[in-house]
Amino acid sequence: MANGVWIIAEQRDGALRKISFEIASTARKLADELGQQVCAVLLGSGIEGLAAELAKYGVDKVFVADDPALEPYTTDAHAAAAAKIIKENDPAILLLGASTQGRDLSARLVGKLATGMGTDCVDAKIVDGKLLLKRPMYAGKCFGEVTISSFPQMATLRPNVFPAVENPKAGEVVKFDPALDPAKLKTKVVEVQKDTSGKVDLTEANIIVSGGRGMKGPENYPLIEELAAVLGATVGASRAAVDAGWRPQSDQVGQTGKIVSPNLYIACGISGAIQHLAGMGSSKVIVAINKDPEAPIFAKADYGVVDDLFKVVPELTKACKELLA
Amino acid sequence: MRGRPIGALNEARIRKKEENVNIVACVKQVPDTEAQIKVKADGSGIEEGGIKWVMNPYDEYGVEEALRLKEKKGGEVTVVSLGPARVIETIRTALAMGADKGIHIQDAAFDNADAYTTALALAAAIKPLNADIIFCGQRAIDGDQGQVGAILADMLDIPHVAVVTKLEYTDGAIKATRPIEGAQILIEAKLPCLITAQKGLNEPRYASLPGIMKAKKKPVDVKNAASLGVTPSVNMKVVKFTPPPARAAGKIIGGDDPALKAKELARLLREEAKVI
Repeated sequence: MANGVWIIAEQRDGALRKISFEIASTARKLADELGQQVCAVLLGSGIEGLAAELAKYGVDKVFVADDPALEPYTTDAHAAAAAKIIKENDPAILLLGASTQGRDLSARLVGKLATGMGTDCVDAKIVDGKLLLKRPMYAGKCFGEVTISSFPQMATLRPNVFPAVENPKAGEVVKFDPALDPAKLKTKVVEVQKDTSGKVDLTEANIIVSGGRGMKGPENYPLIEELAAVLGATVGASRAAVDAGWRPQSDQVGQTGKIVSPNLYIACGISGAIQHLAGMGSSKVIVAINKDPEAPIFAKADYGVVDDLFKVVPELTKACKELLA
Repeated sequence: MRGRPIGALNEARIRKKEENVNIVACVKQVPDTEAQIKVKADGSGIEEGGIKWVMNPYDEYGVEEALRLKEKKGGEVTVVSLGPARVIETIRTALAMGADKGIHIQDAAFDNADAYTTALALAAAIKPLNADIIFCGQRAIDGDQGQVGAILADMLDIPHVAVVTKLEYTDGAIKATRPIEGAQILIEAKLPCLITAQKGLNEPRYASLPGIMKAKKKPVDVKNAASLGVTPSVNMKVVKFTPPPARAAGKIIGGDDPALKAKELARLLREEAKVI
C-alpha cells in the first residue's frame, strides 16, 4: 500500500532553492493529516550537507544520491535516479516545485511512474484520505479541482503560494546508489549563461512592475525600472510591449508568457487584454496606473490611479523611496 | 519500444542519408487566447459554444521549426493530433503551412484523456514512424499542464529538451537553448529526441492560399484506440471546474494632482495592503 508524502528537493549550485522549503512544509501538513512520514529526495554532487536544512522544514527522512553525473541537473540523470528510489518506496504522494526544473523533471517522472499529476497547483489538501488539488487552467480563466487515482499522486506546486514553515524533524539521511547507466544518459549541459543582473525571475518575484503599450517605447522603461529598483521588484511586460520588440520575450506576463502570482503587481500603461489578466489575475494585490478610466485592468485592480503614467510613476518612485528610507 | 536500441538505429540512418530527416510535430486544438472561458453551471466543464478554436500557439512554433528543418535537410513532416472531429481543421492548418501528412487520433474513449493517456496514444501513433526528431509545444494553453512532451519522450525511450528558444542541428545531435530562472542553458542531446517549443524559437509562417488548396489533398490517417492498440486509463481527473475567485471591488484613488495620488497609493500599499 502506497504510503508517505515525498518531495523532490531542488538545489542549484549546491544551495537549496526556496521552493524546496515550500514543498517540504506543504508535504509536512499533508503527512500530518494522513499520519504518515515526509521523505525528501536530494540529488546532486557533494550536497549531503543540505539534508539538515530540509529537516528544519519538517522532513523526517532524506534520501540522498551523491553522484557527479547528477551535477549539473539533466532530465535523464535526475529522472532515472528519482524513479528508482520512488519505485522502491511506493509513496502515496509526490510533490515537486512548479519551477522550470520541477516542471521538467516531474513530467518525465509521470511517464516513468505511469501515474497522474496536477501541474502548478495553488492548493493541496487531503479529502477522504486522498489528495485534492486546485490548479489554474486556461492561464487562470478558470480553476480545476483535480484528483489522481494512481500512485504516487503527483503535483507540482506554484512558487510563492505555499508558505515555508519551520518545523524541525529528524531528517535522517539515507544514502542510495542512483545506479545510473552512462549509455542511457543522452543529454548534457554544455554551457550555462547566467543572467548577471541579479534579477529575480518573474515567476518567483514578490513584487512585479509591468509596462505595456502605454509606455510608448523601449526608451521609457527606465521609468519603471527605477520604481522596481526601489521596491526590489522585477520588471515585466505585456504581450503588446514584447511583440513590439520593446522588451525581451522572457519578460512577458500572460497566457502565452509567464503566469505569475506576486504579492504586488503594478500594471503601468497596460489596458488589460484578457490573456494578460489571465496571467496575473492571481496576484495578491493589483495596482493599475492608466489614463483610460475604461481600461479593463481597473476591474481587476485593488488600487487604481486614472492618470498619465509618465506623471504618476516618477512620483510613486519618490514616495516609495521616502516611505522605505 | 522500451529496450529497443532505436537511438543507435536512427543515428546510423541519419549519418547515411543526412538529407532525409523524419520529423513529427504534435499539435493540439485549443480555445483562442482572446476567448472568455465560462464554467458550466454544474462545474463539469467549460461552455464550448462560441469558442474560436485555434492551433495551440506553442505548437505553432514546433510546426514551424519542423518545416524549417525539412527545408534545410530534406525529409518529411508528419503532424499528429488527438481530439474530436473539429481537430481536423488544426491538422489541415499545419498541412497548409507545409507539413506532408497527418494522423488524427479520434475516439470518444480519449475524451477526458489525461497527459499520460494522451502520450500513450501519441506514442502508439508515432512509434511506427521512426522519427528522428519530434516537436511539441512547451504546454497547451488550455490545460496548462506541460506534461505530454516529456511523457511521450519517455515512452519512446528518447531524450527530450523542454521549453526551447533556440535550436541548432549538428551531426546526429542537436543543441538547444533553454531559459531557466536567472540563466540560459545550452543542452546537447543525441537524436532521436523530442523538443518542446517556447515562444522565441521562431516566427511561425501563415498558410498561403496555394498551401491551403494543397492541404486538402494531403493524406490524413484517422486512428482510434483499437487501431492503436491503446487502452485509455485516465488517472488524473478534473472533478470540478470553478470560475476564478472574485476580487473585491477596488479603490480608485481620486484627485487631480498626480504627485498626491502617487503619495496616497504608496501609503495604502504600505499601511493598508502591507505589501511594500
